[in-house]
Amino acid sequence: MESHFQEELQTLQARLLEMGGLAEERVRSAVAGLSAGDTARLSVVAAGDEPINELHIEVDRRAFQLLALHQPMAVDLRAIVAALKINTDLERVGDLAVNIAEAARRYLVHPPVKQLIDIPRMGDIAQRMLRDALDAFVRRDLVLAQHVLDEDDKLDALKSQIFRELLAFMVRDQATVEPALDLILISRHLERIGDHATNIAEDVIFMVSARDVRHHADTLSGQR
Amino acid sequence: MNATAQRRLLSSLFVGACGFSVLVALVPLALIMFFVVSQGVQALNFDFFTSMPKPVGQAGGGMANAIVGTLMLSGLAALLAVPIGVISGVYLSEYPGTRLASVVRFASDTLNGVPSIVIGVFAYGLAVLPFKQFSTLAGGLALGIMMIPIVAKTTEELLLLVPGSMREGALALGATRGRAVRTVILPAALPGIVTGIVLALARIAGETAPLLFTSFNNRFFSTSLTQPISSITVQVYTYAISPYDDWHRQAWAGALVLITIVLGCSVLARLATARVSRLRTR
Amino acid sequence: MTEAPTHVTHLPPRPTVHRAPGRDAVTDSPVKVDVRDLSFYYGTKRALEHITLQAQTNRVTAFIGPSGCGKSTFLRTLNRMNDIIPGTRVEGSALVDGKDIYAANVDVVELRRRVGMVFQKSNPFPKSIFENVAYGLRINRLVTARADIAERVEESLRSAALWDEVKDRLHDSALALSGGQQQRLCIARALAVRPDVLLMDEPASALDPIATQRIEELIYRLKAQYTIIIVTHNMQQAARVSDHTAFFWMGKLVEFDRTEKIFTAPGEKLTEDYVTGRFG
Repeated sequence: MESHFQEELQTLQARLLEMGGLAEERVRSAVAGLSAGDTARLSVVAAGDEPINELHIEVDRRAFQLLALHQPMAVDLRAIVAALKINTDLERVGDLAVNIAEAARRYLVHPPVKQLIDIPRMGDIAQRMLRDALDAFVRRDLVLAQHVLDEDDKLDALKSQIFRELLAFMVRDQATVEPALDLILISRHLERIGDHATNIAEDVIFMVSARDVRHHADTLSGQR
Repeated sequence: MNATAQRRLLSSLFVGACGFSVLVALVPLALIMFFVVSQGVQALNFDFFTSMPKPVGQAGGGMANAIVGTLMLSGLAALLAVPIGVISGVYLSEYPGTRLASVVRFASDTLNGVPSIVIGVFAYGLAVLPFKQFSTLAGGLALGIMMIPIVAKTTEELLLLVPGSMREGALALGATRGRAVRTVILPAALPGIVTGIVLALARIAGETAPLLFTSFNNRFFSTSLTQPISSITVQVYTYAISPYDDWHRQAWAGALVLITIVLGCSVLARLATARVSRLRTR
Repeated sequence: MTEAPTHVTHLPPRPTVHRAPGRDAVTDSPVKVDVRDLSFYYGTKRALEHITLQAQTNRVTAFIGPSGCGKSTFLRTLNRMNDIIPGTRVEGSALVDGKDIYAANVDVVELRRRVGMVFQKSNPFPKSIFENVAYGLRINRLVTARADIAERVEESLRSAALWDEVKDRLHDSALALSGGQQQRLCIARALAVRPDVLLMDEPASALDPIATQRIEELIYRLKAQYTIIIVTHNMQQAARVSDHTAFFWMGKLVEFDRTEKIFTAPGEKLTEDYVTGRFG
């Protein structure tokens, strides 16, 4: 028989997934709006992320209550602590999607600097990392979570590449400075989304295996 | 509603029946008390406690010798029965499963069921015949034998009431088993045991039959352990079967004194027990 | 925390930073009680199977597990309290300070002085508060001078955080104390003989939350001087007071580790099921 604690824990996780889905959708919309030059779509994203914010508060409240009322132990305790941290990451992802949409709207005012190839690719990778991290959370899949960690390198490399490329444009043509900076900002936002997905994956690893893989914590610690 | 009414009726019927039974049971007690008090008070005066019996035909006189005799006999009985009874009780509660314990328990129960007259005969054979002499000691022996199983039983039951956790507490502090019994368990049960002993005394103080063959009776004041001695019960018996009205009156007075002593002991014991149990549960 | 997460390219084979929340990590301390392959029988029924476990000096070791798992029985093998139950038998060894307490030449009375015990139900003797605490001193003749006994009684009552509440009525009956006070009196009584090890068998299970908290605080303070082993039904209590936790199940020791490990990341599925309430 499921205990009512387990039911509540599942509701908590369902809310978190709902939030993850919304955040992912916003990132997709922002990047797609940029690629397609669809300012209307970007405006919708930039208008704010009210549903995500509401879920952010609800997940915190639920997690807090479960901690206070059930004093969970072991895997349950780790699940709630992980949920609290994932919650923060997802909320930040929602904010970053807004930032991307705003930068994209500014960018679209100017003539295009170049054809966008790497930025949509970064968008794809960031979205997939986010989706994989959440899938790993749902399925308690350590392998998938580890895969997310590995993917983050690609994102970092792309960001550096975009930066170098756009720097060259800016040096050549003063007029490109403003739009190029917006593109650099967008790439940085996407890279940050990847970082949040990485955080989520690390929390999933902690939740499932109780291992703390952040900052090479396991190798840093001298004890035991 | 019908069922409720029926249930109520049945309930009050039972309560009524219970009350009636109690009343019926109390009637003999009340009658005894009534007769003893109303008859006994007539002959009871200060002299009764200080004077010796008067010969037939002379009015007045008392039972000073018999009162002292009963106290001495009871005292001797307690001297014999308390150590043996308490020690047996300790053994029974400490080693309940052993073969010896079941033998002791069986013997004690049997002894408790032996008619007092038989015990009197036994004490006669043991302490009177060899010396060809009725004596206080023989009477004390008879009463003591009667008292042993009562004391043993009380002690056993009261020791078993002492929580096992108390014993464990003592053992865990490094007490040996004997030490735990002596310093913790017996003291914890002591008030109850004393109460039990008082009740046992009250019970044997009222015995007549075992004394007829052992301490017999004595018309004179005696405190000798090796001479016959008077006792209230035997004196009452002697007076009661006599044909003289004066003596009948004396017998009633003796009975009243005896009942007062027994009742007094019981009440005292009850009060002590109540105090102890209040202490316990606090 | 730095901003950028670092990457781990493969899963390392062993875990492990486990820092207890709000507490410093438990450091190792010399072993005080060393149980090796101990089995215990009630008649032919085996109640404990091959228990091996070490309790460290100045640490609190908690035993948890469902009713009938053997945790109390195991606790009572450590001062040989089970000896008083007929038909019981012990195999294996239990060492206190390196000496086997089941060796033939062991003085059980002396053992019980060194390994004190506090019971689930407080069991003050029907004596005065003073005499309760002095009891162990008197029967063991540890101290005999009146002044010394009085001094030791005060010291013990202070250690048990009871002195201030009873100093004006030391010669009143111990039975007049409240449940929580009685239990602290029993702790004082156990401390008076200056044991090395203190065994506690669910010491707070019959107490209200406030009294329970006081006992827990007391346990936390006492470990500076004693090696404490506590059996508890209350997992949160084990989590709060102990440094190491042993989980027993059906007479077996399932897992024994640092407390925070047991409650945040147990190594065994059974332990996890128990501490998360998924049992049965």
